[in-house]
Amino acid sequence: MSHRLRWRKFVSHFMLTMTGLCAFVAVAVLFFILGYLLYHGGTSVSWNFFTKLPAPVGEVGGGMANAIVGSAKLLILACLLGVPIGFFGAIYLAEFSGGTTAFVVRYAADLLNGVPSIVIGIFAYSLVVLPFKHFSTLAGGFALGLMMIPITLRSTEEFLRAVPRALREGAMALGASKWKTIASVVVPAAYRGILTAVLLSFARVAGETAPLLFTAFGNRFWSSGWSQPTASLPVMIFTYAIAPYDDWHRQAWAAGLVLLGLILIINIVARVILSRGVAVPRT
Amino acid sequence: MASVRSAVSVNITPPVATPPSREAQAPLVMRMTASKVNFYYGPKQVLFDVSLNIASNKVTSLIGPSGCGKSTLLRILNRMHETVRTSRVEGEILIDNQNIFAQDVTALRRRVGMVFQRPNPFPKSIFENVAYGLRINGTKGSISDAVEKSLRHSALWDEVKDQLHKSAYDLSGGQQQRLCIARALAVEPEVLLLDEPCSALDPISTAKIEELLVQLKDLCTIAIVTHNMQQAARVSDFTAFLLTGQLIEFNPTAQLFTTPTDARTEAYITGRFG
Repeated sequence: MSHRLRWRKFVSHFMLTMTGLCAFVAVAVLFFILGYLLYHGGTSVSWNFFTKLPAPVGEVGGGMANAIVGSAKLLILACLLGVPIGFFGAIYLAEFSGGTTAFVVRYAADLLNGVPSIVIGIFAYSLVVLPFKHFSTLAGGFALGLMMIPITLRSTEEFLRAVPRALREGAMALGASKWKTIASVVVPAAYRGILTAVLLSFARVAGETAPLLFTAFGNRFWSSGWSQPTASLPVMIFTYAIAPYDDWHRQAWAAGLVLLGLILIINIVARVILSRGVAVPRT
Repeated sequence: MASVRSAVSVNITPPVATPPSREAQAPLVMRMTASKVNFYYGPKQVLFDVSLNIASNKVTSLIGPSGCGKSTLLRILNRMHETVRTSRVEGEILIDNQNIFAQDVTALRRRVGMVFQRPNPFPKSIFENVAYGLRINGTKGSISDAVEKSLRHSALWDEVKDQLHKSAYDLSGGQQQRLCIARALAVEPEVLLLDEPCSALDPISTAKIEELLVQLKDLCTIAIVTHNMQQAARVSDFTAFLLTGQLIEFNPTAQLFTTPTDARTEAYITGRFG
């Protein structure tokens, strides 16, 4: 074998090994984090964790029931704001708008998506917290909702665009109006994708901490209403992790595990929904 | 170019002028008439001064090489061209002496149905596909009776009657295309437009659809675009030959295929180009 050929074989093997290693590391990080969380937090995840309020410093036990409920409330608010605006905006983009409008809106959505979440937090702070003069669940939900809009919008638009033109024409040729075509043919044909998009944007904002720090703030007790500060899992992790107490650290690990578990489950459900059932043939 | 175009208008023979003898006893009624239609996609002109009549309860076929504008002409007849933003149409098209551009587009498309090149059933059950047009138009009366009637008309009933609630995608390509015909027939259109309906189908499915078209004449008026000259010869009563956006010849099918009046028609049907 010539020298040159041997060198080429070496480069080929080297690149194969290196790219393979990188791919392995990418996957391994997830399992490493999961294992690390399990190791540190697994023992603290108990029935009490889901049902009890945080215990005072020094007392053993206690849970994060208020943070779990708080996160749920924040995410419900976020969906109420982000999903309709993202969904209907996407319909406008994919079905009604001309090229220029679509370009501008799409570009703006991408920019909004790139706005650091802490900036979204400041925005919600000055828009909702300051006028009402106190931190609130509403402000936190508003901040998360803003973050859901561009993600829902862009991915829903992609799924709507993937619906073949032939289906739209088929409906219109039967005398369906534009809106009727969208509502009865296009959206049903894309609903799996849209549902997945919503779930993924939900999972994305579920773990956001920065926008909640000065909107929903945090609470050691049950939040007394939508206009009051509330605990949430990500902020709880932050507070507990920087505290100097060992049992708080363990609680923080447990909260991290619960949050990651929730997000993984949502992701997996989303993939399952997307892969199931008849796909509309692409033409 | 100008001389070609003037030659064309001389050569257009409306079918009324030369009805074949067997048709003589029943005078032809024109369901749709297009006069001096010019069509543009943006700055590009696709149709030039096309005038043609579509006779009631007959099959009219449009033939010509790719890009001659035959599909475009068909799509204008139920205003499907309007889905393309930059399109522009000039000239007059009438259905039962009413201007198609003056009426509500959804009402027009209910009267002028369309079947496309590739079967495009909705991602719904067989039943719901046929029922779709009835539902959106708020038809009164029994939907299931109407669905059965349409499926019988499209010769699909016996094949699907036991699986009406299965997905339309479980059907074969030919069955899907007949389903699309049933779907179009369900709203009882006066005119059915078919845009190369057999181009994605095998010969047996094609034969079934051709057979169907001949039977459907009693029900409605049919205009079909086809790439296949034998198909035009087999199913249609009148044939229009288009070339580069111009109507070259329009005559009863038998006459066009046996004694074409234009040299270009003869060249095309004898396979010298296209």
